[in-house]
Formats: sequence, structure tokens, C-alpha cells
Amino acid sequence: MAALMSISFQIVVCGSIVPDPLQTLEPVTTPAGPGLKNEMMLPAVLDPWASHSLYEAANLAKQHPGSKVWLVSLGPKAKLQQVMMTVAQKAAFELVAVDGSASGFSDSAQTAAALAEAIQGIPGLDKSRLLVFGGWESASRGAGVTMQMVGERLGIQDQFQGVDQIKVEADGSFEVMERVEGGQHQLSRCAGAPALLGWATGNLPEPKNNPQIGMMNMRTVAPALQKAKPFKPASNDLTFNSISLPKQVRETKIVKDKSADEIARELLEWIQQ
Amino acid sequence: MEKILFLAYTQEDGLLPSAALEALSAALSLKSVLGSAELVVGLVGGAVQSAADQIAGCGASRVLGVTGPEFAVSRYSTDAVAAAAICKVAGATLVIAPGTSRWQRVLPGVAQRLGGVADTHLTQVEGADGSLKVTRWYYRQRMEGVIQRQQRPWFLLVDPGSQPAYAKPGATAVVEPVAVELSPAQMRTDFKGCRGAGQDVQTIRPEAKLLFVAGAGWTKKQADGQPHVKDAEGLILNFLKASRASLGSSKSLVDLGGEGEAVLSFLTHLNQIGQTGSTPRHAKGLSTCCHGEEPHAVGWRFINERRAINLDANCGWARGKADVLYVADAFAVVSKLNALLTAG
Repeated sequence: MAALMSISFQIVVCGSIVPDPLQTLEPVTTPAGPGLKNEMMLPAVLDPWASHSLYEAANLAKQHPGSKVWLVSLGPKAKLQQVMMTVAQKAAFELVAVDGSASGFSDSAQTAAALAEAIQGIPGLDKSRLLVFGGWESASRGAGVTMQMVGERLGIQDQFQGVDQIKVEADGSFEVMERVEGGQHQLSRCAGAPALLGWATGNLPEPKNNPQIGMMNMRTVAPALQKAKPFKPASNDLTFNSISLPKQVRETKIVKDKSADEIARELLEWIQQ
Repeated sequence: MEKILFLAYTQEDGLLPSAALEALSAALSLKSVLGSAELVVGLVGGAVQSAADQIAGCGASRVLGVTGPEFAVSRYSTDAVAAAAICKVAGATLVIAPGTSRWQRVLPGVAQRLGGVADTHLTQVEGADGSLKVTRWYYRQRMEGVIQRQQRPWFLLVDPGSQPAYAKPGATAVVEPVAVELSPAQMRTDFKGCRGAGQDVQTIRPEAKLLFVAGAGWTKKQADGQPHVKDAEGLILNFLKASRASLGSSKSLVDLGGEGEAVLSFLTHLNQIGQTGSTPRHAKGLSTCCHGEEPHAVGWRFINERRAINLDANCGWARGKADVLYVADAFAVVSKLNALLTAG
């Protein structure tokens, strides 16, 4: 146990903001390319899978005294400020903010470049203790591409995606469970940091709000937002021919007056067709 | 002129997974519309001859292979070295690959390593007038985009289940070995195997015709004022056994476990469908005790025929998300359905 406690990590979580999943989204064309209708007005949340990775990072840091968690977040400064009011109460971290678009239509390669630069700019970062966390996909672009590109830019060759569990051993090595096809997990053992983990849902519930953690975090959140570097993507080669909502609208038949027997027979026939 | 590389890995039996055969169909279709494009096959695995023979009739000008025990398993570092080496030897401008967990993990990193770009979850790859357009979903299947890129190499990962599988007869292929050297830094991770997600029973069946979704209503108080979670478990497991359906769940049901409430013991986050879950492809889907709210229903994008059972006639499924909504007690209906399935 003593050996386990002597291991400490520097955990950098990459997580942007996305529209609240309950919002209706509609694509629009803007001078800068495709966007969402009333994008700046839509309530935002920390990207769901990135949130899970933040909770896992905080939990891992708690188990290994001397560890520290940073949250590197790329998004419009005003929106980040709103989202941090909630997120900062969930887990202890130091914010590194990058002021730029969090649109799902931005290019993953450029986002990765901005995130990698922000990570490399963290003072005193020790690569031999570095774990880079994030969601395995965003709820905006949903490509599952950015984290691997960040890892490559940082020279990290041990990467895992769809992670649901990390178990650290006394020697600093760790076992990782990644989602693979058919409801299975792949188990791998990595010799230790540095490594990159793109998280799926993990195993932890969402932490309850903790005002003490919130107050502690907010001491660093405001200065981080003030000194957030602006991110203006260079023109890229990505061209959108169209963005459209699915056209398929179903005519739902509502069956209210049938017995369980009748419904079961109807369903059986449907299943066996 | 574009040079198309179809890039795949072999399974334990030495053959290609079905998702790879689908990606090969996409590559062939692209080759035909791009006219003068050349097709090269790249294979990674413990051994690749059987896989090369399997697709020998695809018309590739070359078949390149990286083989060895280190490449038999799924690992970022070794897969990246192998894929990058094949891409370089092939001189690929377009890399078409199956969007499986193994390739999805590594190929975006390889694109970065080679100064290229990557797009994933592609549902359509089409060419017109010598240019290439690809289709993919944004915002968790809420809107569909058609995009183009000029940068090369462009890695295109095709979503499994979105294309017909290549099925021409095999023959004997000549594989050109591509030499790859591994350093100790690339062997820091050991593959330890795969296992089910802590379930006693296999409930996730990607090949199933039917998806059965259980919502949080199964664990709520019923007409007698009591929850009947054990009864729900029995009904659902019996249904899965009799119908061979795949089991999905809503986020709210899976999350109840983390909050200490009684839940269906065989459910894990891997069953979760929707915003923070999966988006499976099945011909039919039956939702039970689930309200069909948008964050869940976005996971149903690729379910063709949809039916739902819910006590609330105004639930989300009624608003154009299901073909048929049965306003009924799922406990009663599934019990009767199980009896019919067992009798049949």
C-alpha cells in the first residue's frame, strides 16, 4: 500500500463544451462555415465522455497523493465561464483555458494542435508522470480522432480508447479495460506513464456538488479564463458540401385499446417477419 | 491520380472481419468512380496470407503485409508502426479502413504521424467528376454532413454495417512483406485478452436482427405500489433467450446502479444506447419502459423499424420516433410474448 501511495501522476484532462443534450439542434450556414442556430444562446455542458474522464482523473489523483489534475478546455471564454460554475464543484482541478470555437464542425487536427500546445505550456509538466485523459469521442464532432492526434503530438505511444477502467499497480504499471466489439472489454497492461486514455463512461457516478471544491477551483478558474490564449484556426482544407437534419419523420401509430395478448401476438408476428 | 490503400488487420483465424470486407466494398466503389485510381491492399496480422487469398479477386495492384506475433494483437504502438509503414510503401493518398475499435484507436494517430487527416464513422464514400465526398453524422447522429478535403493522406474509416460486404471468390495472392522494426518503447503495453463486461450472460449481440431496449420503468413501482426488479430480470432474460435479441438500455436505467438503487443485474454501461452510449445497427428495435427522450433516441438512428411499449401515450416515442407505440404494461406484454416465443 505504501508503494502504491508513493506513485503520483500528473493528469491532464482534455474536455470541451457541447450543447446540453436535451436541446434541439438545427444547423445553419454562417460566414465562417456551418454552425448551430442560436449557438451562443444554447445552454452548454462539459462534454459527457470528457466529464467521465475528469471524474476518473480526480478519483485516481485522490488515490495517489501528490498527483494533480488539469482540465484543458477549448471553447468560447464566456461559455467556459458558465460551464465551470458547475463543473468546478464536481472535482478538483486547475483549469487551462483556450479561447476559441467549440463547434463540432471545426477540424479535429487543428483542435488537436491547440490542445497539445496548451498541454506543453503547462509549467513543470513531468512527462514520466503524465497521463492524458479525455473522452473517446465528443458529443459534437463525434469523430474519436482528436485525442490520438494530441497523443502523437506529445510523443505518447501508449494510447487506449473506450476506456472503462484503469487499475494502477504498486510498480506504477497499470491495467486498462477498453471497449471492443460485441460487448467485450480488451485488457492490456501498460508499463506506466506516459500514456493517453480516451474514456467511455468508466465506473464512477457523477460526483455530487461540493462547494468546498468549487471555492478552491474558482481561485484558479477566473485567472485561467483571463489569460486564455485565443485560438484562431488557420484556414484548413475541410469543406462542407451540406449539413442537414435527417429527413425521416415517422408517422407513429399509437395503439391504446389492445390487450396484452393481442399486442404480444402482433409483436410476435413482427419479430418473425 | 489518387492511390487508394485498403488497410485491414486479420482476425485470430487469419481472415478478415466482416467490417473489413465492407470497407473493401467502399474502396472498390470509390476506385470505380475515381477512374484512374490505383488500389493497393495493406494487411497487418500474425499471418496475412489467408486474408490476402480471401480478397485476391478484388483487383488490387499490390498486396502489402506486416506480419509477426507482435502484430497479431491490438496495441496502439505496434499497430501505428505497421500501418504507417504500409502507407509509406504504398504511397497512399486515400486510406480506406473499417471503423472497428482497433483501427479507430490507432489510425487517427497514424494520420497525424504522416501529416494527413482522418475522418471516421463514414456512412457513404462517393466520387463525382474525379473528386471525393464522404458522408458522416455530427452531434451524435442529429445531423448529417457531406464533406470534402484536399489534404492527403486522407484516412477514411467506414462505419461497420453501413456497406455491403465484399464477397467475390478467393484465389492465391502474392504478398509483399513490409519490414518493420520495433523498439522497446513500442512494447510497453501487453495485450492480456478480451472478456465480457462482467456479465454472466451475453446480452450484446451486434449481429441480432432485433434490439430490445429496457428503460428505467422496469425498476419503478408497479400497480401494486411495489417495484418488481427480479420479475423484470426474469422476463427480460427469458425474452433475450427466446428471441436472440441484443439488449440495450437507457442511460437512466444504467445510472440507477451507480446511485445505489435496485437495477437489472446483467446491465452495464456497454448496454447503454444514446448520447453517451452506442448507436447500434439492427433491422428492428423494441423499446420497453423507456420514454424515448432525445438523448436516448439519437442512439436509434440506425434502427430501421421501431416499436415501443410505454404506459404514457405522450412519451417521446409518440412524437415521430417510433413506427408503433403500444400504450400498455410492458410486464404483461413481455410475459405473454415470452409464452408465445417459447411455444413457437
